[in-house]
Amino acid sequence: MNMLKKDEDSGDLGVFYHIDKSTVLQEARVFNESPIVPRKCRLLLTKIIYLLYLGEPMATNEATELFFSVTKLFQSKDIALRQMVYLVIKELSTIAEDVIMVTSSLMKDMQPKSEVIYRANAIRALCKIIDATMLPSVERFLKAAIVDKTPSISSAAMVSSYHLFPAGKDVIKRWANEVHEAINSKPTSLVGTASSYLSFTSSGSSYNTPSTSNISQYHALGLLYMIRQHDRMAVTKLIQQLAGSSRGNFGSSSGTLRNPFAYCLLIRYAAKTLDEDPNLRQQMFELLEGWLRHKSDIVNFEAAKAICNIKDVTSKELYPAVNVLQLFLSSPKSTLRFAAIRTLNKLAMSHPTAVQPCNLDMENLITDQNRSTGNEASVDRLMKQITGFMSEISDEFKVIVVDAIRSLCLKFPTKQVVMLSFLSGVLRDEGGYEFKRAVVEAIFDLVKFIPESKEAALAHLCEFIEDCEFTKLSVRVLHLLGVEGPKTATPTKFIRYIYNRVILENSIVRAAAVSALAKFGVSAEDSEVRKSIKVLLTRCLDDNDDEVRDRATLYLKLMDDEESAEKYVKDDSTYSLAALERQLVQYVSNQDASEKPFDLSAVPKITKAQAEAENLKSRSFDLVSTQTIGISSSAVASSSAATISTSRDATPTPGIDQQVVYAHQLEKISEIAAFGSLFKSSVKPVELTESETEYAVSCVKHLFDEHIVFQFIVVNTLNDQLLENVTIVMQAESDDGSLVEEFVIPAPKLPYDQPGSIYVAFKRTNPEDYPLCSFSNTLKFLVKDCDPSTGEADAEGYEDEYLVEDIEIVTGDYILPTYINDFQSTWDNMGEEGQVIETFALTAAKSLKAACTTLIDLLGMGPVENSGTPTSPSLHTLMLSGTFLSDIKVLAKSRMTYSPSSGVTMELSVRSSSEEISRIVIGAVV
Amino acid sequence: MGKYQAIFGAILSRMLGRLWGEKEVRILILGLDGAVVTTIPTIGFNVETVTYKNIKFQVWDLGGQTSIRPYWRCYYANTDAVIYVVDSVDRDRMSTSKEELHAMLDEEELRDAALLVFANKQDMGGAMTAAEVSDALGLGTLKNRQWSIYKTSAVKGYGLTEGLDW
Repeated sequence: MNMLKKDEDSGDLGVFYHIDKSTVLQEARVFNESPIVPRKCRLLLTKIIYLLYLGEPMATNEATELFFSVTKLFQSKDIALRQMVYLVIKELSTIAEDVIMVTSSLMKDMQPKSEVIYRANAIRALCKIIDATMLPSVERFLKAAIVDKTPSISSAAMVSSYHLFPAGKDVIKRWANEVHEAINSKPTSLVGTASSYLSFTSSGSSYNTPSTSNISQYHALGLLYMIRQHDRMAVTKLIQQLAGSSRGNFGSSSGTLRNPFAYCLLIRYAAKTLDEDPNLRQQMFELLEGWLRHKSDIVNFEAAKAICNIKDVTSKELYPAVNVLQLFLSSPKSTLRFAAIRTLNKLAMSHPTAVQPCNLDMENLITDQNRSTGNEASVDRLMKQITGFMSEISDEFKVIVVDAIRSLCLKFPTKQVVMLSFLSGVLRDEGGYEFKRAVVEAIFDLVKFIPESKEAALAHLCEFIEDCEFTKLSVRVLHLLGVEGPKTATPTKFIRYIYNRVILENSIVRAAAVSALAKFGVSAEDSEVRKSIKVLLTRCLDDNDDEVRDRATLYLKLMDDEESAEKYVKDDSTYSLAALERQLVQYVSNQDASEKPFDLSAVPKITKAQAEAENLKSRSFDLVSTQTIGISSSAVASSSAATISTSRDATPTPGIDQQVVYAHQLEKISEIAAFGSLFKSSVKPVELTESETEYAVSCVKHLFDEHIVFQFIVVNTLNDQLLENVTIVMQAESDDGSLVEEFVIPAPKLPYDQPGSIYVAFKRTNPEDYPLCSFSNTLKFLVKDCDPSTGEADAEGYEDEYLVEDIEIVTGDYILPTYINDFQSTWDNMGEEGQVIETFALTAAKSLKAACTTLIDLLGMGPVENSGTPTSPSLHTLMLSGTFLSDIKVLAKSRMTYSPSSGVTMELSVRSSSEEISRIVIGAVV
Repeated sequence: MGKYQAIFGAILSRMLGRLWGEKEVRILILGLDGAVVTTIPTIGFNVETVTYKNIKFQVWDLGGQTSIRPYWRCYYANTDAVIYVVDSVDRDRMSTSKEELHAMLDEEELRDAALLVFANKQDMGGAMTAAEVSDALGLGTLKNRQWSIYKTSAVKGYGLTEGLDW
């Protein structure tokens, strides 16, 4: 042990990272050194093994050469080294030539007079290098080894014999008596154990205590069976003998066999005998049944499995086995649960009724904590199982199952076919609204996130609305059909389904159907389709419901008017709902603002695709949280996500919702609320300290019409300190009077690990001037030492300072990324008056992608029409849109080229209503 | 390992005047298959360390099968003495034995190694004498080489001055 320890300490794990074969072969010279340095050699041997295990191919001559250098290590008596040598010999034995070279050396090591630890290993290595012709010459030693008192040696001999058996049947058959003796050998008596243990230690070996698992019985039984497998009588006798000796005695250890694996083997042999010989069926079955009550889990399981696998098993015979498995289902060990469910699953295919009693336990397993067993392959199996009991459970539980399936779909998109057929199947089942809604939503998710499933999923939905009793669901399905249907290859097939609704349903559904039809009409390329839609819509004009008629009229008009159709039907953008809500709340609460109409254009627009992406993100977030905490906790998780933003680990990409959180926080501070509405908060907090320092400080910039507020988030990471009156002194790098500090709101108290915020507000003196400036920041505070355990602080404290990194105001801070649908027309409408064009060479940029990211970052604008991701490696046009501080729309277009030699060259044009602003924006890049 | 002691004594006596220092003495024992008649034929090799007169001897006993002979060279490095065992009865293979011996001695790594030839199987009828063996092996033609030849018998256990268990 000592040696191993030492090696671990001194040896660098890193040596395994960059090893390659040729260096290792080179290094093999150390084997030739005299005297041998065991530590060095051992490390190198380990490397060789490592390489071989990695599957590094080794040529025969290389291996042979290596093998012979390794053989020289036999001169060293170092135990650990010798063991590595055995190991390498075993590995090389299949590649190298003339490996019989070490036969003598190994035979010497396996002699009774050599060290115990050598003997077992030498036997195993020896058997790898010899062939049948040499077997007679080692026979004597192996026979002796089999009956050796030391279990490891006996095991080694028997396992080796087992492997040699196919080659040397005739010789090994003669050893049956010895093997039999090994099975029956008494457990190493206490005296024997102690004395052999002593002899190990006294010989200075690092060998651990003799095993008490009696594993050699397992090996012996395996070998014995191999020897006798063709002699049915002998096998039967063997089973009877070994089983009989412990019969009626389960639970005690007085039987011959003490190793559970040996029992498992015995069970398998018994099961085989049972299958092959009908005369023995009853007898063998009784044995199996007896083993169901063995004290070892694994034996119980093996016996139960054997019974389940009996070809013509009766349900009476199955009963006790299923009972055992059912117990396992609620076992705290996950392997047992898994094993039991697998066996039951198999059994369920042939004997479903026998498995019935376990249904409840299996249902519990579906929400099992241990998901590590879940992989793609098991999905099919799982689905089959679920389908089996779906009709027997309540709606409430069905919803949970469907939700689980939905998560599975998103996790394993390739399995969508199975999932979809399952979902559509259950959709046809009887069920209440909640259940159907869950299924429909699951299918919606498939449509949205797994494009391959779209056509099939939509078809299933069409079928569903043919006979749907829930108006709400019909409306939702119709809407989805309207959105997705026109994009499919054969939109016409959906139209019939939709029109059927118009004829057959209530007014609400009819109205929805009309809207859906109209979407087809507007989007269809085929004029025939358009014509038919018009006919259908015209028919709707006779509807007896106002809403339906109104919609039909509207859409008929729109179909003739391309432009408005574009605007009202096909519009792909949506308002960022979080931002909209925030601004509406502001609008309602602010007295002055209500005099003007609400300004919708200030609300950032996002594409539906973006909204979906956000959706999916939160979905998969739910998914994660359901897996770890349970289904009900997703609400908790999302609310904690909001609070997390103020904690020490700044959340990476808060997105638009983050703005809402900041706005809320700032509104609560009356001084800051007076600045008016928040224009923009910097997306990510800037870290001003290394993460592992005494005080972690990050900063968020909030821009208001005329003010800039720096919010410093400070975390005290010292548990023996309490900070009070924490403030920040900001010193502008160049004080030109363009920014004037208005006030500082200090954090009154910062106990250990609780984040606090300090606000520093500046006013821009000239509204037309957008200063860029860098500030150096010093944290000032009063330190009070405190007791880490109670948090109780001393009365007296002392002043201290802490310098953190600089913070900058950049052009990007003044710009809010916005989304517009039609960049080109907006661009053209803006005209060239306020345009500024410059050309830049970004030699440092490694790719167009990198250049785009940098540019978006610098300008603080949002990419439009997916231009943020270049599709070609050499040529790209990036289109950006944003709003400058005082609601000035800014657009930018950057044409860039990339070549490996010169980096990225780009021509950046910026347009806005004011050339001044455009110049400022372009200045961000310089 | 009593059976080696006589050999060490012999080697020591041949090596007087050399400074051994702390180093182990490394000895190779080899010969054609059949030459070394021990109870178990050496398949491959064996290595043992034996201390005699306060000097550590590391004895490499290499098997003589044709397939293994090419690998003898792997073990030449740092060898102080070579014990070459010859089957004194096997006149037919004496020339092969000679070729192997000379090929071995030509190796750069064995330039400074002393040579002991054991003319084994002296107990059997028709065995060549030590002089005959020496002649057949061409020991006389060796230059710059310390060598000596002994008559031995593995079966009867004699051949060295002490007549020990070899």
